[in-house]
Amino acid sequence: MRYLLKGHAFLIVALTILMLGAASCRLHGDDEHYLYNTDDIVSTPNDFTEDDALSPPPFSEDIFPCSDCHEGEPTNHEPRKLVDMHEEISEMFDHDKENRWCLDCHNADDRDYLKSASGKLISFEDSYKLCGQCHGDKLRDWKVGVHGKRTGMWNGKKQYYLCVNCHNPHSPHFKSLKPMPPPERQEDIYYKDKD
Amino acid sequence: MQQENKTSRRDFLKAAPVAAAAGAMALSSCNSDSMKEYLQNNFRTLSKDEIKEIITNLEVKYTKKYGKKFSVSAKPALDKTLFGYALDLSRCIGCRRCEYACVDENNQSRDPQIHWIKVLEMEKDKGIDFAHANIHYNPELVPEEGYFYVPIACQQCKNPPCVKVCPAQATWQERDGIVVIDYDWCIGCRYCMAACPYGARHFNWGEPGIPDEEVNPITHYLGNRPRTKGVVEKCTFCVQRVREGRYPACVEVCPVGSRKFGNLLDPNSEIRYILENKRVLVLKAEQNTQPKFYYYFGV
Repeated sequence: MRYLLKGHAFLIVALTILMLGAASCRLHGDDEHYLYNTDDIVSTPNDFTEDDALSPPPFSEDIFPCSDCHEGEPTNHEPRKLVDMHEEISEMFDHDKENRWCLDCHNADDRDYLKSASGKLISFEDSYKLCGQCHGDKLRDWKVGVHGKRTGMWNGKKQYYLCVNCHNPHSPHFKSLKPMPPPERQEDIYYKDKD
Repeated sequence: MQQENKTSRRDFLKAAPVAAAAGAMALSSCNSDSMKEYLQNNFRTLSKDEIKEIITNLEVKYTKKYGKKFSVSAKPALDKTLFGYALDLSRCIGCRRCEYACVDENNQSRDPQIHWIKVLEMEKDKGIDFAHANIHYNPELVPEEGYFYVPIACQQCKNPPCVKVCPAQATWQERDGIVVIDYDWCIGCRYCMAACPYGARHFNWGEPGIPDEEVNPITHYLGNRPRTKGVVEKCTFCVQRVREGRYPACVEVCPVGSRKFGNLLDPNSEIRYILENKRVLVLKAEQNTQPKFYYYFGV
């Protein structure tokens, strides 16, 4: 019996040493990957600043400046469906159309500008500020690069895209796309030997 | 019956010198470059000078083969960088732009076809259900009513089963968290493919076929350099781009901006913003693979 106990004790000690060894191996392996010193990490500011590149608004050809046509024209403030000009916009318009029409966002007195709800002029280049009045949560996410697309450097200068580069401001729901072709089916792939 | 097929020890020994001679002849018929390539050490054990020499040779070889100037980088992981990826499931429309941008950027074989990214179409009623997912959907327009889409490529696990099973140590996790493959050390056993719960690894069953004019000549040794028949390949977060500070190709092509990428160690990165502010999940969390590829709901 004593002999057996001794044997067991030896076994237990040996096993413990083995397990400790194995555990420390694992730890060493992990150390390499997970213990980073992040104190002096070079952080990249991810809030949108005036320095970041901003894509130009997607005007139709020869449409801007608006004042080319509107200058000197009398302004009709009556909300209505447009017929002689911009009728295709009037046709597609479904951006809260029960409550709004052109001159709620377009500035009547100087057509080359948009205007905020408070009457402040907003250039077409800064149109995201106009959108952000209602879509504040989207604006917040867009500024930190989470809503919408950014290209460029993950650790440096980024290209931002205006809301209107992806959403038609008059009909903002993202339009469906034709998908690229599906991958070949496994059974249709023949591995020809080209050697 | 068995006896007939069995080679006796004596027969074997008799044949051995002939086989050895044939082997030697086969080897000597190789030029010295391919011999060197064949006998080359594992990438991680190479000295800086050796890497430089190997890369110069590869650049010459590829430039000749594809008729355009090739660059092969061996840029190591950037300091204090751990890459993470996030994909917005509420925005992805399943258009497969990422799938093909990846093929173009990373020199995947067109014929036979290899796609690192697969977009899974799932029924909204069923939720995330791999058993009933479909990658061959092909409607006129996407997204389709009642479906959502889950693009899957390498999840760059912190605890990668593929690395554990590789008998040749031909695949490993770099310091920036990217799991890479030394294509010259891959023996093509495909254990890693069996071990990966995400189907993210792909095997070159045939000699990869890429039209010369479509080959991307800006490559990384551990990433998108041309592969050969018989090796495994997979997504590397576009190692050739991200170690230069650029976004992966799939991030830049996504028309809905559902793909986000950045440094997990940087508290100001967009990836950290997502982890801290959105509802995030990883696929097959129960496998304890600890992916650094996160799915989230932006809306």
